[in-house]
Amino acid sequence: MKMTSTMELYQLLPKTNCKECGKNSCMAFAAALMARELTPDDCPPMKNDPKYKENYETVSGMFSTTEGATETGLIVHEELCFGCGNCVVACPVNVANDPYGVGAGKAPKSTGKLILIIEDGIVKAQNVDECRRFGKNKILCTGCIVTCPVEAIEFV
Amino acid sequence: MEGNYYVCTGCGLLCDDIEVELEKDAVSKVYTACRVGVAHMKEGSREAVSQVDGKHAEEATAIEKAAEILKNAKNPLIFGLGTSTNEAQKKAIELAKKLNATLDDTSSFCLGPVVEALLQEKFNTCTLDDVRHKGDVMVFWGADPSDSHPRHLSKFSYFPRGEQKQRGWEEERTAIAIDIRKSHTAKICGSNFFQIPPGGDTEFINALIDGVSGKLPKTSYKFPPKRLLELANILKGAKFGTIFMGLGLLYSLDDLDPIIRLVEVLNEKAKGEFHLIPMVGHYNMRGFNENLFAETGYVNCVKFENGEAKHGPEYSTVEALKAKTVDAVLVIGSDPLASLPHSIVKNLLDIPIISIDPCETLTSRKAKVHFSTAVTGVECGGSATRMDGVEVKFDPILEAKRSTDEEILTKIMEAL
Ligand code: SF4
Ligand code: SF4
Ligand code: SF4
Ligand code: SF4
Repeated sequence: MKMTSTMELYQLLPKTNCKECGKNSCMAFAAALMARELTPDDCPPMKNDPKYKENYETVSGMFSTTEGATETGLIVHEELCFGCGNCVVACPVNVANDPYGVGAGKAPKSTGKLILIIEDGIVKAQNVDECRRFGKNKILCTGCIVTCPVEAIEFV
Repeated sequence: MEGNYYVCTGCGLLCDDIEVELEKDAVSKVYTACRVGVAHMKEGSREAVSQVDGKHAEEATAIEKAAEILKNAKNPLIFGLGTSTNEAQKKAIELAKKLNATLDDTSSFCLGPVVEALLQEKFNTCTLDDVRHKGDVMVFWGADPSDSHPRHLSKFSYFPRGEQKQRGWEEERTAIAIDIRKSHTAKICGSNFFQIPPGGDTEFINALIDGVSGKLPKTSYKFPPKRLLELANILKGAKFGTIFMGLGLLYSLDDLDPIIRLVEVLNEKAKGEFHLIPMVGHYNMRGFNENLFAETGYVNCVKFENGEAKHGPEYSTVEALKAKTVDAVLVIGSDPLASLPHSIVKNLLDIPIISIDPCETLTSRKAKVHFSTAVTGVECGGSATRMDGVEVKFDPILEAKRSTDEEILTKIMEAL
């Protein structure tokens, strides 16, 4: 599912600024959710109060689809991806770790350190902590985004 | 993980680096293939079916019936074969000779004319491996490989590193799309997408020739000359350029002269060499064209008479059916009832059809006799010719439960 903005997320929260989550406001909590620092379960009122039940489920749903893929915000829209492999071959980390396999357009010689591979015709993200958009020396890499013909990869 | 690689016969790219996992005699997991390829490889391993008049029949009975239809026909048509192995294609050519049949494939209304000109050496061409190792400028013209050959750009033409292209696509390669609409491939080409009006290709080619020759490029549809000159300059600067020609370009041209001329002019004016590769779709259409060319000097549309081949547009599937000159048809791996225009389909339904196909199709359902055959590359091995002319050999992944195209053709021939 397509991720929303912090603002949209905020609209679904209790908006009471009760600070039980440890943040100063519901807006701050929304930002922490977007950054994957906290999870929907970290807001006790929303989780426990029946009147927020529907919103709680919506918010949890939004994160469960992306959680599976990565903790770092890389989302694969599987229904769009058709397995062309452009992102796999263009990803600089993939190339550095497997220059004669995926780097040369071929099947991976070893998948151990690769971020993107194609399984059953759809791209699969793994080892996302290797991605250049994350970690201490992060840069705004767009290798897998600009090479995708169908916008199947997104970062939130 | 390096080891057992299989070949995908899902399109003319014949990717040879596919790994699979098996479960209960079927392909359960496929690595590295695109979605089209995965669907293709997972469809295998079905039971053998032969039918006469839509009802199940023993293979031997069906063979008898097929042979009888072909024997009684004065001028049978053999058609299809773009998704058969080289071995099956050669068998079909032999059968056509024996029957004095008309023989054609889908290339007669597809890229056949371009493959013919290529085999007659009317333009410079190269392989996809050359493009990967050396290509710096690639032009997708009236072609959308992202849809037709999903791994084209990632395996060969744009993104991979090659011997002389070690630094990556951003620095060392320029991909250009020329098309009437913003295709998926055009999207990847970003600002190097040149949108032209339908039917505007010939003028665009001529304007480009002017552009690279130092003249002011003009078109009646007022394509910005500045953009045309930009493009001309990229092409002129190429060390190893390739034009990938799709159906969109072919259908818009009256004949091939303009594009052949452009490749010639580019070879004179550009820094390095220029090449043209037709974007053949079916996995072995190029193979059929080459096999028939080797035998007769033509790539399609032939009629055999006492071992000699006559050639002409009247022997194309479409024309022969339109003129009702054929009185029975043997279709191999094609679905003309679904793909030909209605007026022609009507005539096709008037004559007995024999169909050989791994899948159930509209044609197979209407056929007098139908054989369901093994999926090549999955249930049977063989060899095929990739879209760039490279021969690829492949082994089966599964044990076949059904006969191959080649086996059925051989049996029909024996029963004649
Ligand atoms: S616990 Fe929930 S309601 Fe309270 S401030 Fe945090 S997000 Fe808002
Ligand atoms: S952002 Fe860059 S490093 Fe991260 S997966 Fe995409 S291409 Fe690879
Ligand atoms: S580039 Fe896009 S469509 Fe191609 S494999 Fe990657 S995510 Fe899928
Ligand atoms: S690009 Fe063509 S040959 Fe390669 S995996 Fe996809 S369908 Fe198969």
